[in-house]
Amino acid sequence: MKPTDISDPNYFHKVVDCQWACPAHTPVPEYIRLIADKRYTDAYMINWHSNVFPGILGRTCDRPCEPACRRGRIEEEPVAICRLKRVAADFKSDIRERLPKIPKKKNGKHIALIGAGPASLTVARDLLPLGYEITLFERDPLAGGAMRTQIPRFRLPQGVLEEELNYILDLGVNQRFGEEITSMQALLAEDFDAVFVGTGAPLGKHLDLPGYEEARDRIHTGIEWLASVAFEHIHSIGKRVIVLGGGNTAMDCCRTSKRLGGEDVKVVVRSGFDEMKASPWEIEDAMNEDIPILNFHVPKRYILEDGKLVAMEFEKVQKELDENGKRLLVPTGEDPVVIPCDDVLCAIGQENSFPWIERDIGIEFDRWELPILNKATFQSTHEKVFFGGDAALGPDNIITAVAHGHDAAVSIHLLCSGEDVTKRPDPLTSLQSQKMGIHQWSYDNDISNDVRYAVPHAPKEKTLKDLSMEVELGFSPELAFGETMRCLNCDVQTVFTDQLCIECDACVDICPTDCISFTLNGEEADLRSRLMAPAENTEQDLYVSGELKTGRIMAKNEDICLHCGLCAERCPTNAWDMHKYLFNTAKAVNA
Amino acid sequence: MSYITKPKFHHPQLKTNEIGLTRRDYEGTLTTLCGGCGHDSISAAIIQAAADMSLQPHRVVKVSGIGCSSKIPSYFLSKAHGFNSVHGRMPSVATGANLANKDMYYVGISGDGDSASIGLGQFCHIVRRRVNMLYIVANNGTYGLTKGQLSATADLGSMTKSGEQSQYENIDMATLAIELGASFVARSFSGDKAQLVPLIQAGLTHKGFAFIDVVSPCVTFNNTDKSTHGYKNTWENYVALSAIDYVPMKQEITTSYAAGKEKEITLHDGSVIRLHKTGNNYDPYDKENALHHINENKKQGKIATGLLYINQGAADLHELADTVDKPFNQLNEHDLCPGRDTLMDINDTFR
Repeated sequence: MKPTDISDPNYFHKVVDCQWACPAHTPVPEYIRLIADKRYTDAYMINWHSNVFPGILGRTCDRPCEPACRRGRIEEEPVAICRLKRVAADFKSDIRERLPKIPKKKNGKHIALIGAGPASLTVARDLLPLGYEITLFERDPLAGGAMRTQIPRFRLPQGVLEEELNYILDLGVNQRFGEEITSMQALLAEDFDAVFVGTGAPLGKHLDLPGYEEARDRIHTGIEWLASVAFEHIHSIGKRVIVLGGGNTAMDCCRTSKRLGGEDVKVVVRSGFDEMKASPWEIEDAMNEDIPILNFHVPKRYILEDGKLVAMEFEKVQKELDENGKRLLVPTGEDPVVIPCDDVLCAIGQENSFPWIERDIGIEFDRWELPILNKATFQSTHEKVFFGGDAALGPDNIITAVAHGHDAAVSIHLLCSGEDVTKRPDPLTSLQSQKMGIHQWSYDNDISNDVRYAVPHAPKEKTLKDLSMEVELGFSPELAFGETMRCLNCDVQTVFTDQLCIECDACVDICPTDCISFTLNGEEADLRSRLMAPAENTEQDLYVSGELKTGRIMAKNEDICLHCGLCAERCPTNAWDMHKYLFNTAKAVNA
Repeated sequence: MSYITKPKFHHPQLKTNEIGLTRRDYEGTLTTLCGGCGHDSISAAIIQAAADMSLQPHRVVKVSGIGCSSKIPSYFLSKAHGFNSVHGRMPSVATGANLANKDMYYVGISGDGDSASIGLGQFCHIVRRRVNMLYIVANNGTYGLTKGQLSATADLGSMTKSGEQSQYENIDMATLAIELGASFVARSFSGDKAQLVPLIQAGLTHKGFAFIDVVSPCVTFNNTDKSTHGYKNTWENYVALSAIDYVPMKQEITTSYAAGKEKEITLHDGSVIRLHKTGNNYDPYDKENALHHINENKKQGKIATGLLYINQGAADLHELADTVDKPFNQLNEHDLCPGRDTLMDINDTFR
């Protein structure tokens, strides 16, 4: 193998698994150390700059960082990254002084943002400090988008939502709320310098089975029903509720139903329990509220009596694989299952919908009715029109919408500066030694052996009676500290300088996880098989040095490195040193 | 040393041996030696050897004297027995322990100061007596603990970090051991675990006195380009007389090698040392030849390593002294006070 090029900004970024997995690339270990240090406000601001909604995301994020966490590969559970983010938000002091200053003198460019969800708000946040004038259009009377309409208040309290929305709105956004855009052509005629579409995926799917038309008043689409609950148009539901679907919306629907008078609430899914799309912790929370989940039940028809919905019929199926290994759901032949119900909530997916964008104004769509975009710039086929969030690539999550918003803001700034939108600014990186003394580092390398701390919950007897009472109480500062000490500090990198190495084996002997080997060079697959311990996780890189004096090379398996720094402590020549790698994506201000 | 203890987390696929232990279970406390000290690699090699052999830690006795080297027993097999003795007097303690209980594995760790200077007399006699043990000298050619004076094993002309050059002929521990009757003599290098680990395993299995002289650089005081015991000189002048494998008795030997290329030495418990010849036709059974090879290499500034000499026919101390088979701690009152009739029989033999 060729010596590893550690000057490639992606090399060490990839080692920080959590940050690499995060769509917005938030510097996770950096803010976890600040939380350990009780510097909650500093930790919050790192998050705020990167993911814009730390308090909201600390409660609702899909947490792609956690399955990626290295801790999950050396013991059972990853660090509770998401809930630590919430800790920063819960215990911070007033941050308003730290918000960006908005220039009084504008730069003369005017941007329209359509839909006041996370993507548009991120664009606004990134462009306002540069002197842009921003006009934000929203169909609903209030900002927030899916964060307001699709996430129940017992998961995301009103106060947390409003606080983080207001940090952005108060920067000086022209608000045109309660105004639905019905024609893109008309909007473009208003002479904006750029238009950003962040309208989400607002169309819930319904399930048209026999009996649908007759029972329609008791069959609701999940996201529309949740929005009606959020805006307090709906205050109750029948005693017996069936929720169809296995995603996070289904989990929110069933738990909301329980709080609006549903006594017998069931979730019914077509496929297997293991195939449910909902996050494991949300499934767990629903089950903790005594909501049964029935799997392998395919809905067949709505049953009515005297013109009133009374039940649904399901066919039982089982999983089989066809000759190509494709998963099939095959009827078991058992009798149909009839589940009595008063209401049905369909949470079986949502779709994009752009009936208001004329198809002859230069914005092209693909056959799935999604806009054709440059995936890096989020520019559509119309130079001035950008898309982000669910509106861009289909339904995903808040943190992805934020990431799109940052990238689109960079593009809009480049466009308005008359530059090539495809010439993206480099990320901001730094790599600095953490050595303080012979055996002292500026980070705490004495990691805790504790297993993951559970977040305390409010008692079920109380939460089920109050739609707006938050179920999760969040970590206390003490619990949070315990959890922070589980973080391996993967951003503190082992940096190897081959000219300094005397091949004494001190690092090999001390490494707790057998990451380091000195051996003859070879092709990667061959090298992986000859190391001190197997390096079978090919998604994780080998860090390979140049040739050493004995003709061998150093090969380090990044996969399970604890970043404990013992290799560098034992190294007599400083060939190993621990360097903190800070990586921040470039925002519009850096373009 | 370090301010933290070594994290307990280990490689998820770390193997367990026949008695259900991982290599990590054979570790000791975290080393307090200088970073880069060859002695830590010797600890690591012993840990690897013991884990691979599935040794029961409580069947192992670690003995040492005084010096950096004699701290090594703290850093491996923390669940074994240990005795850190007076300077240069480890051989006496080892001999006593060995006489009291022949059922244990004995590992003596010493240094060039402990065994070639203050303890040279004791060393000579434990070799002569062929105590059944593995005796390792971590040889760095310097007194590290007293800040880097030249030791008795420093080669003529070798220079320490402070610029002191050796004016005396060195004591070669391996030739000394061969001449005094050791039945297993090897030399190795802390940086070459591929060689050192099988040598340790063979030495532990060998019945009789097994000696390994390990070049173990002192990274702080004797690692200059002009030191013959530094990493640079050792890597450059290191000659392996034969590459070595240790095949434990329980493992079926399935690989076949071309005749004439390999030499297999079967140890008393059925384990095998397999020597891969490297073209020099080295014969480890021949004492004169071994001494000749060591000296020939030395003349060229080279360090002859590997299994230098083995003699499986030599009786060990227990056989020579016809000692009782049972360990002392298992002898009961009847064994120790067999009664008047037995005493009379013994007396009769002297009449």
